[in-house]
Amino acid sequence: MLEVTDLTKAYGRGAAAQLAVDRVSLNAARGELVSIVGPSGCGKSTLLRCVGGLITPTAGRVVLGGEPVQSVPDGLAVVFQDYGRSLYPWLSVRDNVSLPLRRTTRDRAARRAAADGSLAAVGLPGVGDKYPRQLSGGMQQRVAIARALTAEPILLLMDEPFGSVDAQTREDLEDLILGVRRERGITILLVTHDIDESVYVGDRVIVLTPGPGRVRADLPVRLPEPRDQITTKELPEFVRLRTEVSRLVRRRDDSVVPLESGTGANTES
Amino acid sequence: MRWLWRCVVLFAGIGGWQLWASSVRSSFFPPPSAIVARMYHLWFSGPAAHLFLTPDATGNILPSLGRVLAGLAIATAIAFPLGIALGRSPVITSYLNPLLQFARALPVVTLAPVFIVLFKIGTDMEIATIVFGAIWPILLNTIDGAATVDPQHLETGRAFRLTAWQRLVWVIIPAALPKAFAGFRLSLSLSLILMVFAELVGSSNGIGYEMSTASNSFDMTFLWSTIALLGILGYLLNALLGGAERLVLSWHADRGQD
Repeated sequence: MLEVTDLTKAYGRGAAAQLAVDRVSLNAARGELVSIVGPSGCGKSTLLRCVGGLITPTAGRVVLGGEPVQSVPDGLAVVFQDYGRSLYPWLSVRDNVSLPLRRTTRDRAARRAAADGSLAAVGLPGVGDKYPRQLSGGMQQRVAIARALTAEPILLLMDEPFGSVDAQTREDLEDLILGVRRERGITILLVTHDIDESVYVGDRVIVLTPGPGRVRADLPVRLPEPRDQITTKELPEFVRLRTEVSRLVRRRDDSVVPLESGTGANTES
Repeated sequence: MRWLWRCVVLFAGIGGWQLWASSVRSSFFPPPSAIVARMYHLWFSGPAAHLFLTPDATGNILPSLGRVLAGLAIATAIAFPLGIALGRSPVITSYLNPLLQFARALPVVTLAPVFIVLFKIGTDMEIATIVFGAIWPILLNTIDGAATVDPQHLETGRAFRLTAWQRLVWVIIPAALPKAFAGFRLSLSLSLILMVFAELVGSSNGIGYEMSTASNSFDMTFLWSTIALLGILGYLLNALLGGAERLVLSWHADRGQD
């Protein structure tokens, strides 16, 4: 569904060029939720923006559904970390949520119905007429997720989506995303710095090296579905995985790591 | 309760002035009661069919207001679209900036002689003066507003594939509006000043013309009446703008208060 091959992104030119992402290859099957973790400054967000066609990679290719990604593709939706800056404060919640349909749907009533449907799907029916600043942070991030759902994406990119909400809200939002993924079969790439989160929501966890980001490991997560904040997190497999991911993230060597991929068995250091 | 105290302070101030003016009995400082009586007699004692406006009011206050509004409208029509365009074109703006700063720094009153030559004495000259003064705050503030649109807002627009036109209408213009309004507020008070100035320099009607008549005939109560009228007009226009701002920028948390 999504194939990223040798993706490289450098900022600047010549000797001053700063390599942010270095030959990253990854793929995601339809309906798969792939977590991407790495230390801060490892180019996670840059990687995500390249995949979404928001910035042009220096080298490498991104193929979504068989089509190479040149600019922002059809069927893409993004949830950014900073809901306060990605929702438009001058638009009502409903107008924010129906924004992705502006280009495609002229029928006002249809846009409205779609927006209200998305809001109901994220557990916020009846807030359409409010303005974003009248909602709590967690609710605003739900609105941002509703907006992404309105686009009916085949690929959803999430850039540290729960980084600015409190722990309880964060767990609720993680479960919301798992539910959405289950119901709609959306492929999700979720960038996070939270190791527990990456394992809890992921079907696979991709660990990046410190900047410039390379793929250090690509670990399958074999945890039973549906996941549960209490029972999943006490499973030995969960604990083993979070420990392994944690160890991989903390490793500071950035130059000599061989590219490890496919299984979690050969990634011990 | 706050508005009550405001009224108390306002009336206490006027009352103090009244006491002081009636005790010194200076012909240069008539008491407020005399000014109010004169204002009523001059402008607001007309027939009900004319909203109580006298011919003197319709012949002077309305032309003055018309010039202010025409000048502001022209200045906004030029400055706002230009400001949005320049704000989104940082390279062009950086080249133009010295020119803009120079033009803005020119005291517009010194240009009045030029405008008199260009447009002759009359309404055209007065409006040109107002436009040239009022254009800069709107232009520079709109440039700033359009240039500082949150990059995340722009990226969101691209992520959801809004067209260029939709990004302009739904993202850039709303984001620039609070600063544009701040500029417009400055331009409003500036255009009142320039209106009076242009009418003092050369006009056959208007509030400024009445002021010069009053001053030439040493009619101090008349002169103070025109000054008080200008204050009231400025207050009302500002209040009107504040209302419009609250309506348009209701989403904006720290919008202008008053």
